[in-house]
Parts: sequence; C-alpha cells; structure tokens
Amino acid sequence: MTRPRTSLLFGTTAGLRNPEMSLSEKLWQINWTLVLLICAIAGTGFAMLYSAADGNMDPWASRQMARFGAGLGFMFAVALVDVRFWYRHAYVIYLAAFALLIAVELIGSTGMGAQRWIDLKVIQLQPSEVMKVALVLALARYFHGVALDDIGRVTFLLVPSALILFPMALVLKQPDLGTGIMLAAVGVTVFFCAGVRIWKFALATALGLAAIPIAWQFLLGYQKQRIATFLNPELDPLGAGYHILQAKIALGSGGLSGKGFLLGTQSHLNFLPEMQTDFVFTMFAEEFGLAGGLTLLGAYALLLAYGFAIGLRSRNQFGRLLAVGLTCNLFFYVFINMAMVMGLVPVVGVPLPLISYGGTAMLTVLGGLGLVMSVYIHRDVRISRHGPGDEM
Amino acid sequence: MALKQEGRDRYKNFTRRALLIGGAQGLLFSALAARMYYLQILEADKYATLAEDNRINLRLIAPPRGRIVDRFGTPMALNQQNYRVVLVREQAREVERTLDSLAHIIDLSERDYRRILRETSRKRAFVPVTVQDNLTWEQVSRIEVNAPDLPGVSIEAGQTRNYPYAEPLTHILGYVSAVSEKELTGDPLLELPSFRIGKQGIEKQYDLDLRGAAGNSQLEVNAFGRAIREISRDEGTPGRDLVLTVDAELQTFVHMRLQNELSASAVVMDVQNGDVLSLASTPGFDPNLFNVGMTNETWNGLISDPLSPLTNKAIAGQYPPGSTFKMAVVLAALEAGVAPDHRVFCPGFITLGTSRFHCWKRNGHGWLDMYGSLRESCDVYIYDVARKAGIDRIAEIARRLGLGADTGIDLPGEKPGLIPTRDWKLATTGEPWQLGETLVSGIGQGFVLATPLQLAVMTARIANGLRVTPRLTRPPLDGEAPAELASLGFPNDHLKVVRTGMDQVVNSRRGTARGSSIDIEGQEMAGKTGTSQVRRITMAERAAGLSKNKDLPWRRRDHALFVAYAPVHAPRYCCAVVVEHGGGGSSTAAPIVRDILLEAQRRDPAVNPPIQLVAGERPA
Repeated sequence: MTRPRTSLLFGTTAGLRNPEMSLSEKLWQINWTLVLLICAIAGTGFAMLYSAADGNMDPWASRQMARFGAGLGFMFAVALVDVRFWYRHAYVIYLAAFALLIAVELIGSTGMGAQRWIDLKVIQLQPSEVMKVALVLALARYFHGVALDDIGRVTFLLVPSALILFPMALVLKQPDLGTGIMLAAVGVTVFFCAGVRIWKFALATALGLAAIPIAWQFLLGYQKQRIATFLNPELDPLGAGYHILQAKIALGSGGLSGKGFLLGTQSHLNFLPEMQTDFVFTMFAEEFGLAGGLTLLGAYALLLAYGFAIGLRSRNQFGRLLAVGLTCNLFFYVFINMAMVMGLVPVVGVPLPLISYGGTAMLTVLGGLGLVMSVYIHRDVRISRHGPGDEM
Repeated sequence: MALKQEGRDRYKNFTRRALLIGGAQGLLFSALAARMYYLQILEADKYATLAEDNRINLRLIAPPRGRIVDRFGTPMALNQQNYRVVLVREQAREVERTLDSLAHIIDLSERDYRRILRETSRKRAFVPVTVQDNLTWEQVSRIEVNAPDLPGVSIEAGQTRNYPYAEPLTHILGYVSAVSEKELTGDPLLELPSFRIGKQGIEKQYDLDLRGAAGNSQLEVNAFGRAIREISRDEGTPGRDLVLTVDAELQTFVHMRLQNELSASAVVMDVQNGDVLSLASTPGFDPNLFNVGMTNETWNGLISDPLSPLTNKAIAGQYPPGSTFKMAVVLAALEAGVAPDHRVFCPGFITLGTSRFHCWKRNGHGWLDMYGSLRESCDVYIYDVARKAGIDRIAEIARRLGLGADTGIDLPGEKPGLIPTRDWKLATTGEPWQLGETLVSGIGQGFVLATPLQLAVMTARIANGLRVTPRLTRPPLDGEAPAELASLGFPNDHLKVVRTGMDQVVNSRRGTARGSSIDIEGQEMAGKTGTSQVRRITMAERAAGLSKNKDLPWRRRDHALFVAYAPVHAPRYCCAVVVEHGGGGSSTAAPIVRDILLEAQRRDPAVNPPIQLVAGERPA
C-alpha cells in the first residue's frame, strides 16, 4: 500500500514506511536547515535588542536569548511528539486556551489599556497568542474529519465558524484588534485550504464589508483614532500620527545600506516608539537599510516556503491543514507587523515573530513551528478520517 | 477505493488552494518589498533630512558684548562673570530637601521656594532651573564645598554688563536690558532669554557693533530634547570694543561738581575737533540696576521723579539760552554792518509802541559799545542791534553756530531746540512776526530754545570759527589724515569782537562773571553768562519790586547758564553748563564752568604730561 518516495525538497524518505519511529530516528528527521533558519532570524532579533538598549545585553537581549533557548527546547519537544497525539488532543488544547482567554478576562493584568496577560511569575502569559495556535489545531482536526462533499453544506461550517468567533469575540473585548484580526484571517485561511467553496468567501466578504459601519460603533476611541491616524498620519505629527511618522522616517533615512549597527539615530535618540517590540523592524531597516530589510523579508519567505512544502508533503489532511494553517499564522504576523510599521495598514499591535521582545509570542511561534516540524517528521503517518485508531 | 479517491481529491484540492495562498502571500511580500524600495530608495532623501531635523538642534551662542572704554582706555562698560545656582530636578533626589539644605547657604524667601518648585515641576526633568542669580564669591565657594550634600545643584557662569562708574556715565553709556517684544527683528539671537540689548545712550547707538555675531552649537538631541553631544561649535564673533572721546575721570569730576545743584547738565568739548570729553546730566541713576533687575518701586521712583533722572538733559533738555544767545545777535549785527564802536545809551529799558522792554539792570548801564554790551550783558544794547539785524539774519547766524537743529552727536534722543524766523511763526501760529519778538528773541527768550550741547557747539564755533561738530567716537582713520573742518564764513574781525567781549565778561573788572575768572597764566577762560526766565514778569510784579530768585518756588526760578572756552588765546576746551532753576548765570553756573575748565586743562596731557617710564629706569 505504501511505497517508497523521494522528495526533491527533503531528500530520501527511505525507512520511514513504519510510522512508529524511535527517538533517534525522529531526531535524524528534524529538518536542521529549518532550525538554522529559525536561529538566524532569532539571532537578528538579539542583535536588534542589543542595539535597542544602546549596545547592552540588558534589559532585553539577554532575557530574549534565555527565552529563545527555552522556546527552542519546547519546539523540539513538540516536534518529536507524534502528530497523532496532537490530533487527539487538538480540542483539549483548544478548550484549555479558551479557558485561559476567559481567565484573562477575569483575573488578567491590564497593559496598554487592555487585558492581555496572566502573570505566571516566570512569564507573562498572553492567552490570545496561545489561541492562535490552538485555533489552527482545532480547525485542522475538524476539517480532517469532514469529507470534501460535506464541506459544501452550510451545516458543516457552523462548528468551525463558532471555533473562530468565540475566541475572537473574547480577544476583541480585551480589546486587542490585531490578534482578533489575525484569528479571523488564520481561520479563514484554514477554511479555504479545507476546500470551502469560493463563493462562500465572497458572500462572507460582502457581509463583512456591510458590517463595517456596525463594527465601527463597537471600536474603542483609541482604535478609531488609530485608523483615522493611519489614513492620514501627517495630519497630527505630534499626536497620534507621531509613531507612524517617526517609523517612516527611520525606515526612509536608512536608505539602501542603512546607518550601520548601533548607529540608528531615530532609534537611539528615542524618536522611535516601542522599538524593542512592535517597531523593531523600523530600527532594523534604519541600521541595515533596504539590503538588510529585503534579506530579512527573504528569510521569512524561506521559512514560509518550508511550511508550505511540509504541508504539501504530509500524507494526512490534519497535518496538511495544521502546517499550512500555522505557516499562514506566521505569515500574518510578519505581514501585518511590517505593513503596519511601513504605514500600509493601521497600527494594531502585532509583534514581529522571533524578533520582537516578548515571551508568549516567542513561545507560541516556536511551539507552532514545533508542530510544523512534527508534521514533517510524521509526514508519512496516515490518519483515517475518523481518527488514528481507525487506520487503513 | 471510493474513500481513497475522495482522499486524493481532497489532497488535490488542498494542494491547489495551498499554492493559491502561497502565491497570494508571495504577492503581499512583494508589496512589502516595493514599499521598502519606495521609502528607502525613492523617498530616502526626504526621510534622511527629516531624521537630521529630528536629531540636530542648533543652539545659538551669544557673543560677548564689546567693551566701552574712555579716551585713555579706561573701561567704562564691561562684561562681568556672574554666577547663578541652578537645580536640575532629575539629579536632585528630593527637590524640597535640597532646597532646604541650600537655604542654609543662600537666602531663599517663601516666594523663591514656590517659584522654584513650580518651575521644576513644570519643566522637563533635565532642564536647569535658576535658584538664585548674582551670587557672591563667598556663596559660590560655600555651595561648591557643600556640593556632596546638594545633589542636582550646580553653579553656572554667565555674563552681565557692568558699569564700574555707575551713575556719572549713565547718560552717555545708557544701559542694556532684556529685549522687548517690539524690538524683535527676527534675528534669533534676540530671542535668547539671557540676551541683552542697548536701550539708551552709546549702548543703543552702537548696539550692532557692540553686539557682535552669534555663534552656534550643533547639538544632537534625543526625542525629549535632551542634548546628547555637541557635533560642532562656532564661537561667533565677539562684539567690537568701542573707544569714546570721553574722559571718564573728568566726567566723574563734572558729575560731582554738579551735585550741589538739584538738576543740572554740562558739556565739555574739544573745540579743535568736536571730541566730547564730558557730557553730564544730574540727577542720574545706576545703570547696573537694569541688568540685575530693579524693583517696581525703584522704577516708578525714576519715572515719576520731577527732576527726570532718566532724561539726558545735556542733549534733550531745551532751555531758553538767555544772554548766552547774545553772541549770535552781535555777530548778526556786525554782518548787518553795525560797527563794533556803535554806542547805545541804556536807561534800563526801551519803549516800543506802548510796550516797555527792560534791561536786567534796572537803573541802566549808561553808554556802552558792542564789547561792553557783551561784557555787561546789556539787554537794551542787544534790543537795539537785534532790531537792526532783523530776526531772519539772527536766525541764520544762530543756525550757523549750531543752534536750532540736531548737532548730529552719536547719541539717541537729541532734541533740536528752536530758532524762530518770520516764516516759522507764520507757519506754526498763522500770525505775523512782531518786532517785539525780535527784541525778546535777541536776549534768548521767547521762542528761542537750545540744548546745553548746542550751546557748547556754539561756543566752540565762536572760539575757532570752524564748523565743529560734537562726537563721542572718532571715525576710524584708515591711514588718512582727519578731514579738515570747514570754515563757518565769519570774518575774523567779527569773531574777534565777540571773543574780546567774552574775554571781558570774565577777565574785566566790570564783567558779569569776573568772580569766576581763572588766574592761572595761559589757562584763562572767556565766557558768557545767561539767566533765562521761565515765567513772564508782570507789570504789577515789576511795580512791586522784583522778587529775589531765592524767594520763589524752585519751579519758577530762573535757569542759570554759562558758556566758556579756555585758554582764552589758544582755545582748546569749551564748556556749557545749565543749572535748572539755579538762579543767576554768573552766581551759579559760572563757578561750575570755571572749575570744570580748570580740571579739564589740568588733565590735558599737553599741560600735565603723564609720567613716562623709560625701560630700565625707575622714577626716583
């Protein structure tokens, strides 16, 4: 039934016909090029945090390195766990993340005017970040069990829509527009990959557009302000438009080759807002210019390409949807963050994955990448539509 | 197999859609790349400029103001290092505690406390707030010694204008003060909070020279405006030092000599070149008050004082010149053809129509010639020759002598005085000139007005017959000989008549100022008294007998004037003194002029050469 396969991207897969592998076999299966790429991007992040602190390891770079170290271990752990385990526990993880979202609503700490964190002493946990991964898991599991023909029926879309909308509502209530948008976008992408008819997206888009005036009513003052500012930042250069304008100045003044490491004036003279978190890319582009910016963008593109390839290579629908869904999640992080600091979309508070300073995002991004790797390691595992116990 | 087929369809469908999404993401990444290209290549110059604007803050450096020295190089206006204690909030752990410790060293009033606390809380944490200005050396050193207990406290040095002579030179030098709203010209230098500009006198006249050119310091600042480092610094050009023709010591002497009177002014000039050696006006004020800040009380006292200490009366006080004007009338009469030996009998008055014009000497002078008319200051004689010369001729001569128009001295605020003519009267009052007015004008009363400086210029011009104009600074020589002064066009024998008359005023037994003669050989002076009325004497008063000046209230007393030059045979210095409501010219003004001219000649390097030390030799 199974036959040996060779893949252009991943070399030989001989010896993997038996899905039950030993630990050492699995370790050999880890795609070390991908790990190297992840480390390179994170390393860039350390350099930027070092620069953001005017050439000091403290307060950011050293802590970010420790987190990355822990996160890398977490990633490997997740990667080595059998993908069927993740399949079985997808809903449990989703429910746990959902419980955390409710918990943050009740006992969470307030930061920047929004309830986002649960203080776990070791780490300031942001359940909304965890939710991004959990949602993909749950949707992948759900669509894995739905036949292509059934996807055409509206009734089969009610459950996954609810899976998206409930956490989204909680996140928007925090209020965190950026994560809310990302949850919706990731969810929609998984829908799309699962084979939901295209006209349904068209309909949803039309409905969504029609709902904008109503949604506007629910936006908070600062969110409306951000959108207004985005539409015309130069209108109020010292007020709300200040951040966008300063970010654009930092980017633009970087030029082709940048001002040099540690030599960015916009960042080191504090003109850049939140340069260690959401605006870290502007600092990078100021110090390394267009050349550096394109290189980083290329590195991310390569990371995404790996994700897609892994998805396409997987032999089970759960793995495919999981890999592509998580890759899209990563894409939305990168795209929204960069577009926002370049003044292409409103400022909505999305970090640059692996680079921005922050614990939860680092762990969830690495955890997500771990899942992608798990999908790769267990690419030849077959899971029946009705679950791994019912294998053919 | 059906299931397998379905799985294959699902995979195909997934692959198609995943590639679609991947393609879409590729497109969006390309959009990001395009945006980067747009911002970092196409718009790079614009944003680079904006980044520099953000980063670089140009701060002006005020140039040190030029000094003002007298003719011998003695500084009269200079810049003094001044120390102030400032507090930086972010360095002071607790502002109030620090202030409490500071209060042990310097006096801090409740008001100071409140102001400092208000300013520290309002300004940014790194901006220094001035706690106290103008510290003494002792305070500075005590603060420095206690520095460890005074976190955030430091001493800053600045410069204030200092006038070592204070009051005596105040009307010449003027003063500097903070720039007012309407003095702003757009020059950013003027907007520096500590910048001072000349408000009066030489400080105002030569403000641009003294000011110099601003330097600047390019500072790198962060988003909060804090200076991070200096990128470049240009110290600017210091203001030019100014040498005045004034003799500061003589000025001090003159000022002291005028102190006996309530309100007076004096001018001493070099008749050869117009150098003003002294120009005094009393009372004065201390110009240093304008730098260190004066209380409202002091200021209101100055502006409401009836003796107007803020006015430089030597150039802005306009007085009827009285009998000092008679030289102009005599010159006009000579030009009209009246001979020096023309004789007039003075019975004490003359009658013109129904009016009687009195001589100051009630019983009359008897027969007098032209010399005698000056010597004894006979009004009747002057009435007679003034009538012969006519007002327009007198006016022309007076103007030639420097009256009735600005002398052009390099000081702001000069007044032109007034020399009336027929046309002037018709134009201003609409009425024709009356002959009686010629007579009144002849004795320097009525419409005629002159400033003490104009009287000095007149005296100088009589003394050497040249168009002397007063000056406080000498023009740069540029290697050329100074321009020759133009002749006034008076025939020598005419001038000689006037000079002889003036000589007799002082040095003849019958002269009106014989009591004030200088008896030192070669230093004798020639002059002319003047006593000008500030009120009209009514017939009733005259009938009741003239009241003595000292019985009148001060405001109604006569002005006392005296003009003179010395030495009489080789004129070098001239002097004019006006004592407001001082009584008689001979009794009040003449002795002052004598003392001043004596001092001026005593200080003359030609008379008393300064001791020259020859190298290697010591005076025994």
